[in-house]
Parts: sequence; C-alpha cells; structure tokens
Amino acid sequence: MNVATADTAADGPRGRKPRRMLSRRNIILYGTLFVVAVYYLLPLYVMVVTSLKGMPEIRLGHIFAPPVEITFQPWVKAWAQACTGLNCDGLSRGFWNSVRITVPSVLLSIAIASVNGYALANWRFKGAEVFFTILIVGAFIPYQVMLYPIVIILREMGLYGTLTGLVLVHSIFGMPILTLLFRNYFTALPEELFKAARVDGAGFWGIYLRIMLPMSLPVFVVAVIIQITGIWNDFLFGVVYTKPDLYPMTVQLNNIVNSVQGVKEYNVNMAATLLTGLVPLLVYFVSGKLFVRGIAAGAVKG
Amino acid sequence: MRSQSERPNPLFRNLNAKIASIPMVLTALVVFVGGTAWTVLYSFTNSKLLPRWKFVGLDQYERLWSTPRWLVSIENLFIYGALSLIFSFVIGFLLAAMLDRKIRFEDTFRTIFLYPFALSFIVTGLVWQWLLNPDFGVQHVVRLLGWESFTFNPLYDRQLVIYGILIAALWQGTGLIMCLMLAGLRSIDEDIWKAARVDGIPVWKTYLFIVIPMLRPVFVTTLVIIASAIVKVYDLVVAQTGGGPGHASEVPAKYVYDYMFLGQNLGQGFAASTMMLLSVVIVIVPWAYLEFGRRGRR
Amino acid sequence: MNLTVPSSASVSVKDLSLDFGAVSVLKALNLDIAEGEFVVLLGPSGCGKSTLLNCIAGLLDISDGRIFIKGRNVTWQEPAERGIGMVFQSYALYPQMTVEKNLSFGLSVAGTPKDEIARRIARAAEILQIEPLLQRKPAALSGGQRQRVAIGRALVRDVDVFLFDEPLSNLDAKLRSELRVEIKLLHRKLKNTMIYVTHDQIEAMTLADRIAVMRGGVIQQFDAPPVIYNRPVNRFVAGFLGSPGMNFLEGRLEGGEGGWHFAADGISIPLSTYGFERNPQAGPAAFGIRPEHIALNSGEDWPFSMTATVEVVEPMGSDTLVWLLVAGQKFSVRVSAERAPSAGDTVTIGFDPMRASLFDGEAGKRI
Repeated sequence: MNVATADTAADGPRGRKPRRMLSRRNIILYGTLFVVAVYYLLPLYVMVVTSLKGMPEIRLGHIFAPPVEITFQPWVKAWAQACTGLNCDGLSRGFWNSVRITVPSVLLSIAIASVNGYALANWRFKGAEVFFTILIVGAFIPYQVMLYPIVIILREMGLYGTLTGLVLVHSIFGMPILTLLFRNYFTALPEELFKAARVDGAGFWGIYLRIMLPMSLPVFVVAVIIQITGIWNDFLFGVVYTKPDLYPMTVQLNNIVNSVQGVKEYNVNMAATLLTGLVPLLVYFVSGKLFVRGIAAGAVKG
Repeated sequence: MRSQSERPNPLFRNLNAKIASIPMVLTALVVFVGGTAWTVLYSFTNSKLLPRWKFVGLDQYERLWSTPRWLVSIENLFIYGALSLIFSFVIGFLLAAMLDRKIRFEDTFRTIFLYPFALSFIVTGLVWQWLLNPDFGVQHVVRLLGWESFTFNPLYDRQLVIYGILIAALWQGTGLIMCLMLAGLRSIDEDIWKAARVDGIPVWKTYLFIVIPMLRPVFVTTLVIIASAIVKVYDLVVAQTGGGPGHASEVPAKYVYDYMFLGQNLGQGFAASTMMLLSVVIVIVPWAYLEFGRRGRR
Repeated sequence: MNLTVPSSASVSVKDLSLDFGAVSVLKALNLDIAEGEFVVLLGPSGCGKSTLLNCIAGLLDISDGRIFIKGRNVTWQEPAERGIGMVFQSYALYPQMTVEKNLSFGLSVAGTPKDEIARRIARAAEILQIEPLLQRKPAALSGGQRQRVAIGRALVRDVDVFLFDEPLSNLDAKLRSELRVEIKLLHRKLKNTMIYVTHDQIEAMTLADRIAVMRGGVIQQFDAPPVIYNRPVNRFVAGFLGSPGMNFLEGRLEGGEGGWHFAADGISIPLSTYGFERNPQAGPAAFGIRPEHIALNSGEDWPFSMTATVEVVEPMGSDTLVWLLVAGQKFSVRVSAERAPSAGDTVTIGFDPMRASLFDGEAGKRI
C-alpha cells in the first residue's frame, strides 16, 4: 500500500539544485560566445558606420568610430553616380542587371530541377541513376574546367554575352544541388500517395502539379533561398559570360571599389558594398531557420 | 488499340520522365563530361587566342610548372588550404559545441555566426580590405590606442598577404561549418549523453572519446565541402587583393581566368584548370571510395 | 546529513514536483520503494513515468521535493554520485568502443584500479553471458545482445539501484519475452532494487513486485500486480490493464429491500457478495467485470446470470473471445477453445459480483 511515511527531517537539500548564473562555466561559455559574436558583427558595423561618414571624417578618425555627422551622400553616390569605366550611373545599373539575371535564373533552375527530381524519385527509368551520379560528381568539378567549353556552346547558340546566356549557365550549375534537394524530398514523401494517384488515373504531369507541388512548399522555399543567395552572390559567371553593360552587381561593385583611377572614396565604397550585400542579408534574416535547412540540405549526400 | 503481343518500344516507356530529364542528361553529358573532356584534351594543344587543334604534348604543363606565378599560386593554395581546413574545423566545432550546451540566445548567436555566409566573397573581400587597410583599419586603431610600433598590414606584405585572405575566408565560412557540426551534434542520441552522465564521465571526455568519434561521417562530409571550396577560391582574392602585391596572393583559379580571358593564352588556362581538376580528383576519389565503395551502393 | 527515512526504503521520493515552464509534469509525487524490490512504473505515453525515472537518476532537475537513495538525500547530487545504474531504451552504447571498453570506460574515468575493473567485467560478462562478445563493437551485435551489454554497463558499476527506461521496447516480440525472463532471473540473482519503466502491461505484471500505475504525472495506484488487476482503485487503472479490457456497464447503484444492487437497462445485478470499499450511496455508477470472470453455459448456479446472443467469435489460439451484447453494451467473455459457441447462438452467461469492480459515476473511484 502506498503508505506515506512521515517526513521527519525538515532540512536537507530540497527542490531544484541551485545554480548560479555566474558560475565559472557560464562566464567562460557566454564570455567566449559574446567575444566571438562581436568579432563576427564588427565588419558589418564598420561597413555601416563608414558608409555614413563624410570623407574628411574618415581621414581624421578611425574605422570603429561612430559617425559624428551622419550623411547619406555616400549611399546616393554609390547608387546613382559611382563610375565604372565610362559609365557613371552608379550601382543601380548592376542592381537591375542582377535582378534581371536572378529572377529568371531562380525560376528556370527550380522548374527544371523540381520536375527532374520528381522524375528521379517516382518515375525511375533505366539509366536515370547514371546521369544523376554524373550530375552530382560534376558538382565537384572546378568551374574553371568548364568555363571555356560553355563559352563555345553559348557562342554557337548566339547567346554569349547576353543575359539569357548567363541565366542558362546559372540553371546548369544550380542543377546538381537542386535536383538532389528535390529528389530527396520527393523520395521521402509516402509512396502510397503516389500509388493512389496513379490508381486514380493521374499521369506524370497531373501528379506533379496536383499532388507533389502543393505538398512541397517548404522545399521550394529552401530552393529559392539557395538560388537567390547563390546567384546574386555570383561573380565568376557574371564576369565571364556577360559584357560590361550587363555586369551583375557583384562585378560592378568590384570594378567600382578596385578601380585604380581617381581618389578612393571609402565611404562610397562601403555604401556600395552594403548595397550589394543587402539582398542576400535580407533573404537570410527573413528566412531564418529555412536558410539553415537549405545549408543542411546542400551538405546532405544522396 | 495495341495488340497484347506487341511489346511497346522501350524507348517510349515512361516517356514523360525522360522528357523531364533531358536538361539533366544534357548537362551531365554535354557540359560536365563533354566540357571536362574537351578542356583536358585541349590542354595538350598550343591554343592561344582561339582553341586550335595542334597537339603539343605536355608542353603547356612544362611551361605551367616553370611559371613562377603558377608556383606561387600552388604554394598559396597549400598554405591557405591547410590552414583554412584546420581553423574551420576547430573553430566550427568549438562554436557548435558551445551552442549545443543548451544555452540561452542560441538562435541569436547562430544567426550572428552564420550571416557572413550569406554574403558574397566580393563583399567579404572588400570589407576585409577596408578593415585591414593600414592607414585607417586595425593597425591604425591599435596605434591610436598607444601602441605606436604595432604593425599588422597583411594585405601589403608579400609574406603575409595569404593570411589576410585566410582571415576573411574564415569569417565568411566558419558559420557554415558550425552549422554542419551542430546538425551532427544534434543527431546524437540524447541517451548517449545521459549514459555518460550516469557513468560519471566529464563533459570534455564525453566529447573527446564518445561524441567526436561518433561524428566521423559529419567530419568527412565537412572535409569534402571545405576542400572543394578551397580549390575554387577566386572571387575573394580578386576583391581583396587582386592577386597582389605583385603576384603574392595569386591562386590557381585566378591564374586560369587571367590566362583564358585576359592573357589570350587558352592553352595555359586549360592546362592550369586541368591541374585544378586533378587536385579535386585526389580529394574526392578516396572519399567516394570510402563512402560508397565499401558498403556497396547505398 | 542526518536524515531519518524509513529504514527499509531503498529509494524514497518525497513530494516530487517537476514543471517545464507553466506545464506541470509531475505533481507532488510520493513513492517509497523497499530494499530489493522490483517496481514497475506503468502508464500510457506522456504520463510522466520516464520523467520520474530521469528525476530519480538525476538527469532532470526537479522543481520541488526530495529524493533519497539508501537513506541518503541525493536531491542535489550528480547522477554518477547516486549509486544508480541505468539502462536505456536505445541502449545508448558508445558506438566506437568495444563491448569491454563500453563496460570499463566509466570505471576507468572514475579511477578504479585495473584489476578491480577486470574482475567486475568478468563477473558481469559471466552473469549476462556476453563473454564471447567482449571484443566486438556494438554495431556487430544483435538487439538482444546490445541490451545485455547495456545492462552489463549498469552491472559493473556495482550500484544499489538499477533503473530501466523501457529497455525492451526496441526489440521484437519474441526477444522481448526472452529478455523479460532474463531480467527477472537477474533480479532474483542480484537482489538489487530495480525500477523499471514500461507501457507494456504484460512486462509490468510479470516482472513487478509492485506496480505504480501513473497518469498525468500522478500515481494512481501503487500495489502488487494481483491487487492492481483485481481491485483497481479507479476506472482508469481498471481500463488500462487487461487485454481485452474490463467490460463496463453504465447504470445506477440502488439500495432497497434485497440489499444493494446495480441496475442497468433492464437488468439488475445483486451485490450481496460484493466487497464494498466504502459505504455505498445510491446514484450513477459503473459496473466492471473482466472477460475471464464470466462463465458461459456453465450450467452452474451463479449469483447473476442471463441470456445473450453471440455477436462475434474471435479464436485466439489458447482460448477464444466471445463478444455479446449485455444491456446494450459490448461484452467480451473468455472461454476455452473447445467450448466456444458460434456467432448467432443464444448463450447463458453468469458471474459472481464478488469478482467485479464498482466505480462511482463522477470521479470513477472504486466503491
């Protein structure tokens, strides 16, 4: 029987073990994390304060000093007046080029890869795995090896130096990771769902559009995150496959900051750098956990 | 109506799936296999401004390996590669282990450590170029604090410039490594930690003798990811130093681009990129063998 | 610490509470476990049984209360200091170490002399019959072997109390029943106090000296298995044990001329043989009786009998379950296979209310 024994002793430890917030372990742990966090944030801070100072203030002070007189002039100049070569219409040109590159590239690459991943997951045909393996192994080949053959292919198609050509290149090089992402996602969906739809008479496209697509919003979001940041941040393909007028933002930014002519305007440079980093940073902070999932997905092997 | 006995042409079975896979097949065969083979093949020619099918044997490679700029690039790649591998692993693991200790504000810390990874190498390179600027940046600030003789000017020092690039690369990339390691740590059965506590094993010994050995697959994956990123390093150097001072911070990927598209010496570019391919193969093949070869196919 | 706790108690839990934020997981829980006793914590998932075990082990910080092991107040002690060994559902073996290293690692960290370690491993290996496995790694072991090694890791620690956290749930049915017997033998051999968490009532019934049935962070009943089975304190305990569960009739408890009786939908069951727990009061009540306590076509004279029509017959091998309608409610009756009727037959059922359980209408407490 559950005889409750009389609690004769009133003293002795009781309840939660007292933990001091300022134990040695916590000081070391949080102290280290805090210092490291400051180190990681410092460059962002320096970018922001530098971009808000005037040049005289920069010459007199140091990079960590907060601006005495806040000015948005560097931002205006970076956006609308900074020069690359003969063009002096600022980063806005590169920004719009990047938009015109990123949007269709993201759409096209995800459309191709999702359908392809769906086919690999649910409609396996002979040889599919071979091509898929080549695709995944190909992701490890340094781009430099394939740069010139693609120049030739694009030239033959009449697309060399055009935005369309660059969109195509991004779709090609986004394919391995995205196909892997979608294939793994669709494979993980219950197979009964697919079988039931087939028994109901739905075909390849019907199942994709009506069953798979509506169930796959999260993975599409992850794919969009991977692609926006990846394509926006690209430099190599932009510089190889487009002409100066069509350079994406990263290439133009590099040309503005690293141009040898004229006096260095560090505040304009930092404003331009921040502007270029703004889109991926926005994606990063808005997407939060999904960004991490995207990274994890990229790291998971097939 | 098809008669029962007539077998459908196997090519048209599952036709839609095959249509959907056309881009993959073209990419795999034409770009990845075809393009790679083409480049390797043309690295044995004396192509200059335009690819030319004039076989010259290993000439390009001999010239490559006697070009000081290429040798510097390789040396840099080794220093940068070895150090970034070590530091990424150590820093990434330590950060992940700290975040895994059921701390407060875990999400905030993770967000802070990872945000540089969202930025491009161009942005990274330019920020660190500014931070390391001898007249305004870190060196200047420390001197203002009273340490007049302090010298930290890696970007204008031929001996140190690669370390300046390393600092920027670690800032950008360790967040990713931390995330991979954290995912690995989180995948470890909670009961293992409980068992170790019941056994009275101190936390650091649990990490050293139990957890780290369990993370071997994560480490291998991370190693491959870091290694293939190291070989590709390009934009960061372009933005931060432009390969300078002199050729002190050149890397192979930049060598390839410069010879192919600026130097009008395609043959050299092809040979150099083939060497890059070779270095990746040396990393990837043993890994693929270990990962997939031993256990058969998945 | 001079604390007086019941001298016979091996593990004693006093007013233990555990909250996660606003959620209260364990509520002022008391439990006294005697030296050498085998106690099973039984309940549906989420009832707090594993949580309670983790609190006793020191793996969870409690919000209030005290825990004593062997008379020592261990409330603030680390798990390793408490004199416990624990076996986990997922085995939690260290995968990169051999079986021998798994057994010895904790001891060598604690600085136990080498020959002592060897002696203890030899003993544990002999008791559990894992000597041939000592040099293998966990991946090369079967599920049953892994669980044996996990028990061995608790065994070498030479502890007072063994804690088992659903140790057999990951095994298939056959292995589970084999290891169940082995654990019982182990307890007989070692005579240690053992606390065992499970949701499997058969494990609980077969292993336990006493079972603590839990729900919602509260111990419902703590008693020997036959008492729990035959005299459940409330409807929850009555319904949780037994398969198929106890048959219930909803109706009214009524007094009157012929003494107390239970009335439901046209039938009236006399309760003259029923042993009341407390003074009965007229009102809504539930009448429960187990399938094996009902006789079918026995020809004997029962305090209560009636006729009913067989709905479904389920042969179970050793015996047969017969489902019929009694007062509009589904009843199962367990009969031997050779005496099974067919569906549609009209049969006579009879039982003695002495074997039944009565619960009041509101709280479902035993009357």
